[in-house]
Amino acid sequence: MRLELVPRASVSPVMRAVAPVLAFLTAFLIGGLVIWLLGRSPLAAFQVYVTGPLQDPWALQELVVKATPLALIAIGLSYCFRANLWNIGAEGQYVIGAIFGSWLALATHGTEAGPWVLPAMMVLGLLGGALYGLVPAFLKTRFGVNEILTSLMLVYVAQLILDYLARGPWRDPKGFNFPQSVTFDPAATLPPVMEASRVHFGAVFALVAILVTAVVVACTLFGYRLRLTGDAPRAARFAGFSQKRTTLAVFAISGGLAGLAGISEVSGQIGQIQPSISPGYGFTAITVAFLGRLNPIGILAASLVVALLFIGGESAQILLRLPLDLTNAFQGILLLCVLGADALVSYRVRLVGRGAHA
Amino acid sequence: MKDSSVKASPEPLVALRGITKRYGELLANDRIDLAIAPGEIHALLGENGAGKSTLVKILYGVVEPSAGEILWQGRPVAIASPVAARALGLGMVFQHFSLFDELTVAENIAVALSGDRSLRDVRAKLGEVSRAYGLALEPDRAVWTLSAGERQRIEIVRCLLQNPKLLILDEPTSVLTPQESDHLFATLEKLAAEGCAILFISHKLEEVRRLCRSATILRGGRVVATLDPRKRSAREIAALMVGAEVGEVKGGGAQASSAEVLRVRGLTLAPAAVHGKTLNGIELAVHAGEVVGIAGVAGNGQSELFASLSGERLAGRADAVAINGKSCGLAGIDARRRLGGAFVPEERLGHAAAPTHSLSENTLISHHAGGTVGRAGFIALDRARRLARDIIESFDVRVPEADPAARKLSGGNLQKFVIGREIIRQPKLLVVDQPTWGVDAGAARLIRQALVDLSRAGSAVLVISQDLDELFEIADRIAVIHDGHLSPTRPTGKWTREAIGLEMLGVARGQGAHAA
Repeated sequence: MRLELVPRASVSPVMRAVAPVLAFLTAFLIGGLVIWLLGRSPLAAFQVYVTGPLQDPWALQELVVKATPLALIAIGLSYCFRANLWNIGAEGQYVIGAIFGSWLALATHGTEAGPWVLPAMMVLGLLGGALYGLVPAFLKTRFGVNEILTSLMLVYVAQLILDYLARGPWRDPKGFNFPQSVTFDPAATLPPVMEASRVHFGAVFALVAILVTAVVVACTLFGYRLRLTGDAPRAARFAGFSQKRTTLAVFAISGGLAGLAGISEVSGQIGQIQPSISPGYGFTAITVAFLGRLNPIGILAASLVVALLFIGGESAQILLRLPLDLTNAFQGILLLCVLGADALVSYRVRLVGRGAHA
Repeated sequence: MKDSSVKASPEPLVALRGITKRYGELLANDRIDLAIAPGEIHALLGENGAGKSTLVKILYGVVEPSAGEILWQGRPVAIASPVAARALGLGMVFQHFSLFDELTVAENIAVALSGDRSLRDVRAKLGEVSRAYGLALEPDRAVWTLSAGERQRIEIVRCLLQNPKLLILDEPTSVLTPQESDHLFATLEKLAAEGCAILFISHKLEEVRRLCRSATILRGGRVVATLDPRKRSAREIAALMVGAEVGEVKGGGAQASSAEVLRVRGLTLAPAAVHGKTLNGIELAVHAGEVVGIAGVAGNGQSELFASLSGERLAGRADAVAINGKSCGLAGIDARRRLGGAFVPEERLGHAAAPTHSLSENTLISHHAGGTVGRAGFIALDRARRLARDIIESFDVRVPEADPAARKLSGGNLQKFVIGREIIRQPKLLVVDQPTWGVDAGAARLIRQALVDLSRAGSAVLVISQDLDELFEIADRIAVIHDGHLSPTRPTGKWTREAIGLEMLGVARGQGAHAA
């Protein structure tokens, strides 16, 4: 006995639309079962994870704050993934972007530097992330090194550089030996979008990136180039699109947006350099990109959903004493269900009886 | 094969009854009846998409029929897998070889045999079978050093070692030179004389008329006729296959001008892939108003030549390739398109077209360089759609819906589309690799006519093809490629099939000749 996936002759558009909904339901059923097995009430957990944060104004702002870096990184990654290139190192590009931008914040600390500081920091963040993203791209195009490995390993390099800076040269001398820098000047702090809001301007960057990407994907030759490179690489070469340049471009774009997310987070949210500046946004964004099916609007929605789970997970830890790992596991279940539902829309499962392969 | 129980049994060896295979809406096989007696060479004829492959896959246990039964020596059997098929006594030689390039001949055969046989044992058997059927093979040669004909011999020997009662060959001559084909036919006749039944799948009528005494013709998944091909004319059979009379390509009036549109000078290129061919000092000129053909057995440097003409691979010297008098050996494919070049590669799906993309999107592949489907980096999708519609209308592309994904088209229709996509640009130069490979007779005729018409309208057309009949039909001059060397071109009328066959084997050049 074995299972076979048989392509469907025609794909029903209704099923394609309904599939993600069914995937979410399935994921919640599985998650509920796990919580029930842990001896907690699945309904209470649903309340804490989903409906609770949605009713609380503070939590709603927090939702946007958490969704911002996820959306920004994921939209960048969608360029890579469309072209079938695997940048797994957004976390590292995020960190290096933060370091590049923070350098300027710390260099101008306590001076009368003007309003140019903040934009320059953002540009440096973009640049830093892009340059760091270009490292695996260069290694791939020049030497044929697998980009999955190099981009992933460079994450640890970036994290160790940050750790060194926070404990070493950039440590605040008056900080009682805590491994952190001075707090950024107001001129180097990304302001909130509204007075007294926690939502900073990074959210605007994310929205702009999503809109621009929607246009790029739908109406430009570059968008088509990515899709063609991903779906039929030989046809892309036949179309005159150099694989090398495509690789370099998408790694620069995704690295740059991850870097922008990094500096936005440090400048708008954390306010100083610390040994750790991300709860794994760069990795979670991979999930977000695929949950959103690489579609800009889908990524926007997925980043909000995953941010909701982040916040719900924290409350669940406090209120229900459920382990944080459960949140991570649930993310995995959700992704699996969405990808599985996508596969089942285009393929049907067939059970092949014994003896078919004597 | 050495089955001494071959008596004139009234019973067929294998009989298919009412075999039906349904894929969703599509009836690939519709109540097919077919019977083959021991020692019979039976042809299965039909265009691409007629249902030949499906039927053979059912017989070989790869695909399960939706209805119908298979009788093997009078008993109904269910053939659930190729292993079961081989156990019954079926052997199959596929059109695309399944060999390991890095292994030797003997190793390739040993790998495929069931049971534990020592390599020495296999070698001994191999020698026996080779001698008995004149299938010369050196057991210790690595497969990648062999010609297509030799590779096919491995596949045949592999089948013969399992003592098949029925041997199925799928388009076996498509990769062979005329001489190699003759050799194959002699082997098949010997096998048949010993009582082995042979199912010979082909769309080449002449060879079927030579080899087979009975033929089943499929069209649109149904049997349209079972006949003796020697008693009918090729035209008659072709009409049955296509369902209509197939006209001939109207040529004539070639007026090659002196204007050199394509000029290749001393093109030398190392292979990109491990076992690719090295192009060696290629010299070629194609003039406005003529069709030049390049003949050759597959894998002798055709794809490398195409890639270096299209600019997908660069020659390393600017003057190695010139289009319209402008050196472009170092320029990429887009630059060459802007010089007036147009290119159609051998692979339709994945190279000429992206399988999952719509036809209108597929127009972008070769039209974006010319700026006709958008400007300043933006795409004008409405223009791409109109362009796709124009191509569909002008080249009689049959589409299942308004703007379908490329993979939804049959081979012939997609080929009409990708050739039409280039011709509609009115290129000064068109380079086509295998223009009618795996394409039905009707589409092939339309494509050949379009190529001839383009040249008569003043463009230069270069056709790389393994199909000699095609080249004799449309080319004004022919050159032969063998082992990365290109022979000088000669007017088509001055070539004989024998002379071309010798060039294709490299005998004429007197070097690197494989034993024929």
